Amino acid sequence: MSEHASAELIARYAAGDDLPGDRLWAVESHLETCELCRLRLADVAPPQVTALTAAVWAELEPTGAPVRRRRRFAQWATPSFLPWLAMTAFVVLAALFVDGVLPVDALSSAVLLIAPIVPVLGVAAAWSRAMDPAYELVVSTPRAGLQLVLRRTFAVLVVVLPVLLLGGWVVGASPAYWLLPCLGVTSVTLALGGVIGVRRAAVATAASWAVLVIGPAVVLGGVPGVLTPGAAPVWAAVLVGGAAAVFFRSAAYARL
Amino acid sequence: MVEGRTVLEGGEVARAVSAAEVAPTGYAWQVKAEGLRVRAGRKMAVDGLDLRLGRGVHGLLGPNGAGKTTLIRSLATVLRPASGTLEVLGSPVSGRLDLRRLRRALGYLPQDFGYYKRFTVREFVEYMAWLKEMPKRDVPGAVQRAVERVGLADRADSRMKTLSGGMVRRAGIAQAIVNDPELLLLDEPTAGLDPGQRVRFRELLQQLGSDSCVVVSTHLVEDVAAACTDVVLVSGGKLVFQGTPDELAAAGGPDDVGDSPIERGYSALLGGAW
Repeated sequence: MSEHASAELIARYAAGDDLPGDRLWAVESHLETCELCRLRLADVAPPQVTALTAAVWAELEPTGAPVRRRRRFAQWATPSFLPWLAMTAFVVLAALFVDGVLPVDALSSAVLLIAPIVPVLGVAAAWSRAMDPAYELVVSTPRAGLQLVLRRTFAVLVVVLPVLLLGGWVVGASPAYWLLPCLGVTSVTLALGGVIGVRRAAVATAASWAVLVIGPAVVLGGVPGVLTPGAAPVWAAVLVGGAAAVFFRSAAYARL
Repeated sequence: MVEGRTVLEGGEVARAVSAAEVAPTGYAWQVKAEGLRVRAGRKMAVDGLDLRLGRGVHGLLGPNGAGKTTLIRSLATVLRPASGTLEVLGSPVSGRLDLRRLRRALGYLPQDFGYYKRFTVREFVEYMAWLKEMPKRDVPGAVQRAVERVGLADRADSRMKTLSGGMVRRAGIAQAIVNDPELLLLDEPTAGLDPGQRVRFRELLQQLGSDSCVVVSTHLVEDVAAACTDVVLVSGGKLVFQGTPDELAAAGGPDDVGDSPIERGYSALLGGAW
């Protein structure tokens, strides 16, 4: 259409005036194809028409609450994640208690020693059949794969890191000591998970950590070398290496 | 009224069919297995199975421990085949290929399926639709339709923990069909349903089987007779028989054990194995 209908014509059409047949036909066929003129028509529509259209639109509004918090939550963690949350807090509390009971010089802080494997335990829990009642349903869906693994790992870290920060602050273990090891061990767990399954990988890493780091630290005392700030570049390399391995083997996570 | 749906006579709800859905498929069989072997724990539960399934409702029959559940789990891409070839909807399942595209076209009801007790039926089915990567705008309509098809519309906003066993199973069927799967796998779907619900479920099966491949594992021979176009009989992890329910009935003689022709055919084909 090269030309729009005049304001006067639209007003007369909206008011239901007796327009000559040819003009009526022209304005209607123009309105069918021209959004601008339909909007102008809507502006001058009499109240009984606007009331009717408003009522129809109100009927068409979707009913019910579209945002469901429970389902939103489940996109990041299984609902059975909550008991695990309590357990994590308990583990950190227990470590705090150990720190409080034992003399400060006797061994390095228990919170510091367990910090790197606390998220790993969470990752293991997020993928265990026992912790997720809908496990069998979830593993056959397209989203079960790296995306869901990363979502759940992220949820674990979001919960665990603040708890560890708080616990570390109470006993005076700076994040500089444990934050990179914590992320490094998590990324190694995920990388290993692509090969042997996330849950098994988490159990294996946690056990190795207990044997190789916690054990010697308890026996010999002092802060283990791997948890000193000097080891940070090594942990950064481990983190990047683990992340790269996860990225390049992303298809392997389809079966968990 | 949800966009893209029309209510037909008798309250039947029809859906707009996209061009992709009516396009010819690139494969001859929805399920094609050759020499398939799948391990369940230490046991080789499926051991050298050859199977081809097309459209229709396939009743999977067999004694306990015959490998029915293991077969269904491997079709659902939960278990990796130990050896042999398995092609589901034209894509090989054995390789380390991306399974996402295939899984989007699957519907799966496990034998014992867990759910989140605090979820309502609608939340549960919506969550499953999200896991199946359905487009966000299709989800509310598809969920409502699935819930209506299994007859749970009046309980859609009840918590899962308040449902009876039969209703939970129907919610499970609703999540399996929410994405209009090309391959629908139902493991013992009629367990816990009362006779009236079973009759309605068989009608639903027949509707679903007209445009997709439905595999129903069951131990109820009358389900097979009433709803299945095809019977697959497995024993010891191998295929014993595949044919129509009438052919299964014809395999049995008057001397075989059973109360109905199909039961007699079943016991005749399995010999002493049942």
